[in-house]
Amino acid sequence: MIMDAAPDQSSAPDFPARAAAALADPTLQGALTKLQTEFRRDRAAMLGRIPEFDQLRDHATAIRNHSLAHLDELLEQFETNVSLTGGIVHWCRNAAEACETVTGICRAVGAETVAKSKSMLSEEIALNDHLAAASIEPVETDLGEYILQLRHETPSHIVMPAIHLNAGQIADVFREAHTDHDPARYLGDADALLAEARAMLRQKFLDADVGITGANALIADTGSILLVTNEGNADLVHSLPKTHIAIVGIEKAVATLDGAMAVVRVLARSATTQEVTSYTTLVTGKRRANDADGPSSFHVVLVDNGRSRMLAGPYAEALRCIRCGACQSLCPVYGAVGGHAYGAVYAGPIGAVLTPNLGAPGGLGAARHLPQASSFCGQCEEVCPVRIPLPALMRRLREDAFEDRQITVAGQKWIAAWGWAAQRPALYRLGRRIGILMLRILAKVSGGTIRTLPLAGGWSATRDFPAPEGGSFVELWNRRKRRESS
Amino acid sequence: MSSARDDILSAVRRASSAKRAADNSANDIATGGPILPARAQGIPGELRNRFCEMARFAGATVEIVADRDRVPGAIAAYLSREAPGDRLVLASDPQIVSLPWGATPRLQVRPGLPLADDTASVTGAVAGIAETGSLLVASGAATANALHVLCETHIVLLRAQDMRGSYEEALAMLGAKMPRAATFITGPSRTADIEKTPQIGVHGPKRLHILLIDG
Repeated sequence: MIMDAAPDQSSAPDFPARAAAALADPTLQGALTKLQTEFRRDRAAMLGRIPEFDQLRDHATAIRNHSLAHLDELLEQFETNVSLTGGIVHWCRNAAEACETVTGICRAVGAETVAKSKSMLSEEIALNDHLAAASIEPVETDLGEYILQLRHETPSHIVMPAIHLNAGQIADVFREAHTDHDPARYLGDADALLAEARAMLRQKFLDADVGITGANALIADTGSILLVTNEGNADLVHSLPKTHIAIVGIEKAVATLDGAMAVVRVLARSATTQEVTSYTTLVTGKRRANDADGPSSFHVVLVDNGRSRMLAGPYAEALRCIRCGACQSLCPVYGAVGGHAYGAVYAGPIGAVLTPNLGAPGGLGAARHLPQASSFCGQCEEVCPVRIPLPALMRRLREDAFEDRQITVAGQKWIAAWGWAAQRPALYRLGRRIGILMLRILAKVSGGTIRTLPLAGGWSATRDFPAPEGGSFVELWNRRKRRESS
Repeated sequence: MSSARDDILSAVRRASSAKRAADNSANDIATGGPILPARAQGIPGELRNRFCEMARFAGATVEIVADRDRVPGAIAAYLSREAPGDRLVLASDPQIVSLPWGATPRLQVRPGLPLADDTASVTGAVAGIAETGSLLVASGAATANALHVLCETHIVLLRAQDMRGSYEEALAMLGAKMPRAATFITGPSRTADIEKTPQIGVHGPKRLHILLIDG
């Protein structure tokens, strides 16, 4: 399943249709089962190695809260310290300004090719399309992102972007794209694919005029950026080309190196269940007078794109996010439909909260399905390294969607009718008794199991359930109270 | 028209100052020093053992060398055992260039910048970190950052006296001014992007070999 267009957060992501297609895709289902089974197993082993993990999460949460409460001061301090190292900070209100700024820097140095390391923000602002339109060739160097770039796809997971693909699909796109290779070459296993990608990308690193990275944190105290990778691609991207541009969301600032290390201690453990990634780098400015290598100019492009608005509102806690993807790796809905079904850059529980809030105001209209895509099991909040209350935030988005009339007219009427009845306990109980009676009759005529419901054929198409037995919760409660008092 | 900088900062200031006014409790926690796991703490012998254990867990190899003079011989033996080629590009660090390379004529050593076809590099490390078996390396006049990530084999010389417990203690060794690039390296370059299969040597080294030098 190839998604053409770059993700556009203003277009309506047709979640129900995409989810249905995903459920019928056996390759995707196999990949998702493997992801979630292994993640659960490996996370348990990780927790066994680090008994202080909950304390480390509390500390990282406090660090990120401190960042959000001092963001104005930290950003100004960061800018001052970057200037002292000879770097330049750019401020961009939205995706268009950010793309213009990056393209402008590339044009000014006459760049033809740009080597990129993985950046979710770059996906959020659709930077690659913008660069290509300006005749600048962007090359993704993270292996997963490189594969997706060849397939014209977006990432389906924050830290495992190509998790939805199998090795055969990757071999196919390598054959299609690497036309100067022998068509009969062996690409039958992961090692052969990796060797070919390494050779292709090595030349791209050496040829690139500009290197673009994201950043996992901005350190106000030193003017440094934090870069976390396993492949080492970010370290080549910031060292080999003559110009280094880091594009970063404004919420990523932390006060000190200690704060950045508090983030490091929970990031890889939550993302991949590793103790720490292979490369955790602090980049401070451009090449110094005597340095043996490094870029001659260093730019940091700070991007708002809805973040300052979010900071002032009820969803500010989601700005603590450090983009580990743990909420995706454990979410049962993500596990059933995968990342692309969400039709947004950020999938899963965190995506359900970020997507309506980032970009231009009023994003909930297009993203109204996303907070509905939750079973409210609470695992996302349980694993979040910075304790974002994702279920509560999604519940609030559902309320917003109702108030903004962003749900169907039939849906609004149902909810209004339920609300009216719920305020009249006697009537509500009567309705419930009639409902239970009807369900029992329905089960009897269909042989014990209810397979389809009148007026809810779509909902019951994938669900069978038994007739209700015993009493309701309220009845059981009252019975117990009577027993206890007698 | 106001600038993007002014617009963003004023919006952030309104929101952040409201948060500061409502609850400033995060301030004390965030400025109160790091929370260190137990494994980042201990006496030198414990830290050293934990470093070796954690570095191996991350996929690095660790070899103890009694003194500096034995380093070239140990590297020659390692290369003939594990990695093809006898050519080494060295960091121009006097501590490394001055090792008795002449005693192992098999090795062709060249200090300076790595070239695209170099297969093995030798650098020093600022510190070893017991917490995760990481090395802190820094770029500078003597050490091109590319030496840490361009070659298939990266050999790192770590002095036993530079062993530390935590990231923070290691960073403190950099002094007041941060180098352009400081990297915690933990094991070789890796990915799991193809069907979640763990693979090593994506862009950077396939092998990370640490020589822990006692003398």
